[in-house]
Amino acid sequence: MSTESAPAPQSGTAEDVKQGPRIAVSALTTNLREYGLIIALIVIMLFFQYTTSGTLFKPVNLSNLVQQNSFIIVMALGMLLVIVAGYIDLSVGSVAGFIGALAAMMMVIWPLGIFSNPLVVSIVCLIVGALIGAAQGYWIAYHKIPSFIVTLAGMLIFRGICQALLGGGSSVGPLPDSFKALSSGFIPDVIGPLVLIPPTVNAAGKTIVGSGLTLHMTTIVLGLIAVLAYAYFGFRTRRKRERHGYEAEPFPLFVIKTLVGSALALFLVFQFASYRGLPVVLLVMGVLISLFVFVTKRMTIGRRIYAMGGNAKAAQLSGINTERLTLLVFINMGVLSALGGLIIAARLGQAVPAAGLGSELDVIAAVFIGGASAMGGVGQVIGAVVGGFIMGVMNNGMSIMGVNVDWQQVVKGLVLLGAVIFDVYNKNKA
Amino acid sequence: MASTILEMRDITKTFPGVKALSNVNLSVEEGEIHAIVGENGAGKSTLMKVLSGVYPSGTYDGQIIFRGQECNFKGIHDSEHIGIVIIHQELALVPMLSITENIFLGNEHASYGVIDWDANETRTAALLKKVGLKEDPKTLITNIGVGKQQLVEIAKALSKEVKLLILDEPTASLSEKDSQALLDLLLEFKRQGMTSILISHKLNEVNRVADKVTVIRDGRTIETLPRKDISEDRIITSMVGRSLDDRYPPREPQIGDVVFEVRDWSVYHPIHPERQVIKNVNLNVREGEVVGIAGLMGAGRTEFAMSLFGRSYGRHITGEVSLHGKPLDLSSVSKAVENRIAYVTEDRKTYGLNLIDHIKHNVTLANLGGVSSRGVIDDMREMSVANDYRKKTNIRASSVYQLTGNLSGGNQQKVVLSKWLFADPEVLILDEPTRGIDVGAKYEIYTIIARLAAEGKAIIVISSEMPELLGITDRIYVMNEGRIVGEMAASEASQEKIMRAIVRGEGKKAS
Repeated sequence: MSTESAPAPQSGTAEDVKQGPRIAVSALTTNLREYGLIIALIVIMLFFQYTTSGTLFKPVNLSNLVQQNSFIIVMALGMLLVIVAGYIDLSVGSVAGFIGALAAMMMVIWPLGIFSNPLVVSIVCLIVGALIGAAQGYWIAYHKIPSFIVTLAGMLIFRGICQALLGGGSSVGPLPDSFKALSSGFIPDVIGPLVLIPPTVNAAGKTIVGSGLTLHMTTIVLGLIAVLAYAYFGFRTRRKRERHGYEAEPFPLFVIKTLVGSALALFLVFQFASYRGLPVVLLVMGVLISLFVFVTKRMTIGRRIYAMGGNAKAAQLSGINTERLTLLVFINMGVLSALGGLIIAARLGQAVPAAGLGSELDVIAAVFIGGASAMGGVGQVIGAVVGGFIMGVMNNGMSIMGVNVDWQQVVKGLVLLGAVIFDVYNKNKA
Repeated sequence: MASTILEMRDITKTFPGVKALSNVNLSVEEGEIHAIVGENGAGKSTLMKVLSGVYPSGTYDGQIIFRGQECNFKGIHDSEHIGIVIIHQELALVPMLSITENIFLGNEHASYGVIDWDANETRTAALLKKVGLKEDPKTLITNIGVGKQQLVEIAKALSKEVKLLILDEPTASLSEKDSQALLDLLLEFKRQGMTSILISHKLNEVNRVADKVTVIRDGRTIETLPRKDISEDRIITSMVGRSLDDRYPPREPQIGDVVFEVRDWSVYHPIHPERQVIKNVNLNVREGEVVGIAGLMGAGRTEFAMSLFGRSYGRHITGEVSLHGKPLDLSSVSKAVENRIAYVTEDRKTYGLNLIDHIKHNVTLANLGGVSSRGVIDDMREMSVANDYRKKTNIRASSVYQLTGNLSGGNQQKVVLSKWLFADPEVLILDEPTRGIDVGAKYEIYTIIARLAAEGKAIIVISSEMPELLGITDRIYVMNEGRIVGEMAASEASQEKIMRAIVRGEGKKAS
């Protein structure tokens, strides 16, 4: 027996050698879910584009699509954090309904003087939303009451208050136009329109609505800036990673990804520009999505939420204040539920007792279709957004096709189940 | 007289890209205790999963012959049916059900789906007697300790008329006393003619009970040693493929002034507030010193450490802590981390790691401030930190993007260590730092501890393995029932001395 004096740590195993290509493969597979989801959305859109004989992509319908689904997406951003943190919030639909009612009462019924100004009302409503989130989050964070139960109670409570505020079954409205602009408005064209094809004028000397092609130039410019920024930052990040020797994604894949992404974005921008421009609510949504992507991917607070959802005990023993973090996650959810409620009210032009009814389920479904794990710790903002749009496009497409609402629910249920089965199957295979 | 009860011939099992077992042969004789040893990841558990049908026939190559019959198990049911029962490392008991309900779960004495509880309980009482467990069959599993739970698992196996009992690391989470009792039980079963396979890391246990030892390394059988050739050194040589003259790295302690001091530390139980768990503990650690805390399971060592670390355990905590003579506020974990105290948990899966996230994110979690500015994480900085610590602690993984849940125990432990090293502590409390990891990885952990001490850190090591404490520490405190009952220089300590301190401590309480 040879005698080595001390066992040197074993190294140089086969794994150490094959590092390079392994990273590339793992980067691809980790992103596969995200790409797969976006591809699924595109396929679903093309399918409905075909079955609705081209109605889906019509500029006016795209604007509708965005306006109909924006509140789901906005609330899904908050729900993603809630679910990643390992909780659930069933109260968001009721909170949205309540906030809508509160906004309407403040603007239309209660004599508040200058405080009935839509901007003031909106700010007050967002603060009330934060307080509601804090109230629910307090019990969940500091008293360890299961979130399912606290928010189920919240769901009943706020629906009840919503209906009571509106005085039983009646609706309150109409809301001021300046408020309605949040949902149904378009950004003003500060640059001025560009007429590509003049609208047709009929024999009576009137222009035919929707004929010709006039571009909303502000939208075009904003769109171009966004696309250029997307490509520039993508490239810069890549360069930085390359300099440190950590680049995983092959260059051609990066180029294809950027080109396809830009082309799609430009196509949508063009469609919007040829109608009435960028919907205000899309701009709000876009800003919020970027913010949440940044928070979850780059900020320490985002990282802490994922760690808490992955293993709360380990996170706590790593010095993370899990209680405060939980409270913050629910406050954030409350604010976004309130914003969702304002968007719904603005879109309907009035507050109705059933506003947002059942929307918590759509919001939760969007997050799960987007690949989040019911166990917490896993989920992406972009996934939840795409999940929300998949639900929205299916709603919209099936409605245009004239599919009965009952059957629409069946289809949505199947898609949710299918998406999650796909996830679980993939995970087990890995 | 002995006939072969089990023969596994040329077992080869491949996972995508990895050959987990290649041509493994195992032959077990009727009535013997056959130990299987090997480093983590050597393929022991895989082999047992093949044997018990977890990997069904057809997913591996080779033959299994049990009592002269070739077996093709389709699942665990098939193997249990002919009397092969495996007890896994992680116990598979339902905590909120009673002992009886657990033993007969899925196998109840019932007619037409109506359970005959009297019959079940009578049977259970008989089984409990066999394994020497004095508990009411109606007791809930959650109300008995891990040692007793292990016995319930064995009783459950006996209820299935077991011919071959397989125990996978049965003593991994047991105290010395419970382990001894369990091994005695195994020997008792042997006298009654039962055959068992024992998988264990603890070579002294193997040494004590095994008739034969089969060593597995890198998915191959290296050799099977008969009783007369079994010795710890012999097994270690065979396991690691090299001789281990020295199981602990050499170290020249350079000990400075007292860095960390705890005075009159008392803690009460979080649920039973009248129970005092930690009683007026005083201890100190010097710069560059490794201090051990010895004691039996349940002595209160983990509770002490966790109550220090941000009051993560207990209530009504009183006492003082000082660092370099200045009083220290450790009222929350984040304050403890800020004050450069780190606690590496004994239970890395539950308290140490986010298993569904990768190495990189786990390493930086306790010190996100170190890789971010104004709350924004610098991805590149984080990446180089992760790679740096991966190298320093020799984490074996394909990249820092590997999920920690897929790492072996030793590598997981290195990730937890890296996390706390990156938090840059002055005082490092390591709770059972080598539990459940193999000999090679243990040596690496010891090396890291020695290096940290040489850098001047103050280190506290809690361990139930006395040779380990004697091998790596400079000074040892002995704890029993929440009290410090002895303190000795490691150079003057011995296992006997530590045990004597514990026993004396118990005597004191009785008087």
